[in-house]
Amino acid sequence: MIALIDYGMGNLGSVDKALQRVGCQVRITNDAEVIQQADGVVLPGVGAFDDCMEHLQSCALVAPIKDAIEQGKPFLGICLGLQVLFESSEEGSKLPGLGVLKGRVVRFRHNLKIPQIGWNQISIQRHAPHLGGIADGSWVYFVHSYYVEPEDEGIIATTTEYGCQFVSSVWRDNLFACQFHPEKSQDVGIKILENFGKLSGEL
Amino acid sequence: MLAKRIIPCLDVKDGRVVKGIQYRNFKDAGDPVEQAAEYDRQGADELVFLDITASLDNRDTMLDVVNRTAEQVFIPLTVGGGIRTIDDIRNTLKAGADKISIMTSGILTPDLINEGAERFGSQCIVVAVDAMRVPRPERDDSNLGLAPDEEIEWRVWTHGGTRETEVDALQWAIEAQQRGAGELLVTSMNADGTKAGYDIELLRRISESVGVPVIASGGAGTIGHMYEALADGKCDAVLAASIFHFKETTVGQVKQELAVRGITVRR
Repeated sequence: MIALIDYGMGNLGSVDKALQRVGCQVRITNDAEVIQQADGVVLPGVGAFDDCMEHLQSCALVAPIKDAIEQGKPFLGICLGLQVLFESSEEGSKLPGLGVLKGRVVRFRHNLKIPQIGWNQISIQRHAPHLGGIADGSWVYFVHSYYVEPEDEGIIATTTEYGCQFVSSVWRDNLFACQFHPEKSQDVGIKILENFGKLSGEL
Repeated sequence: MLAKRIIPCLDVKDGRVVKGIQYRNFKDAGDPVEQAAEYDRQGADELVFLDITASLDNRDTMLDVVNRTAEQVFIPLTVGGGIRTIDDIRNTLKAGADKISIMTSGILTPDLINEGAERFGSQCIVVAVDAMRVPRPERDDSNLGLAPDEEIEWRVWTHGGTRETEVDALQWAIEAQQRGAGELLVTSMNADGTKAGYDIELLRRISESVGVPVIASGGAGTIGHMYEALADGKCDAVLAASIFHFKETTVGQVKQELAVRGITVRR
């Protein structure tokens, strides 16, 4: 069973539908026990950094999420679910992030339109198992104004060009997190979710 | 590099796709879920459903269409038409939409844009601007060397293109962004359904005035028109209906020709 974390923000429907499409059993949950029992954990997210952290705290989800990652459970972060893994964000003035990964989240500094909305290409830096069967230069769907700057460049899985080269996904052991939305990235995204399902022993 | 997006639009009335000319004379154009899946196969980058059902009783029909589409099509899905309240936004997102397009309600109750953006994020609030080109009223300075394109302006129309307002389309586009719109869907009402080309001047003026993506709509008759909207109109995406519904061309053909002409597209 995959625990799809519901912290009262954003729209889980499309992630849920896409995971079910590849054959995963999904539980939408904010229950620490369900997360503990899950074979894999997905942290989705849209909205603002501080709001997300506030909701994670008020739902008492900070510890369960960190535990799941430390225990080596397959973990997938999507969009804001990638950003909150880091220590801080320029968007969030009050609250620190989960700090699972070292580094911060910064805003695009260029004259291109912000948010970046639409399809862009990933340049694969490290062949994470989540990217199995996915060609370098594949197109995925983005909606964001901020991106992550990991301290350890060794965790970078893919980069993408939008006025600058930014980190579009990271991979460390059991943890994979992407700035783009696999649930909206047609066949490429479905493949990533399928790979995640396999790594979780679901498929 | 970010690709320019090609977005087929499905006008849905009582659960069926229809296509009208300048908002009238609707012809049946098929089943929405089937068509959505077909456009997905052709390589559409997103889909827009506009619910033009007149009565409120049929809202659930539309939500059912959205729900069934979202189960099999994994590209962004925008739903507009008749969205009046935060609850409407929530229910439509819950049914599987990724973005909500707000038009009439944006003019009547502009705070809906702010509130929607705060609750659900700007990324899911698209403000649709239906604009009608009008001659600028006679003024004392009209002969003082203004460029020809400054002698026209655009007014916002509401209620599916049936009611004129005094609102200036360019001003409204800027205000909508300030209120939290994440994208603007700009339709030229003069051009819509005519297949004579987008209103490039309208698109360019709005696109240069805002910092969020602009989707061009209304008037696509050829792939060349789409090229103009992207290259000259400086838009980020083009939306088209009849050119796709009546199978004059496919999304794949559009992308191929745009790529030849130097536009970055997802293929």
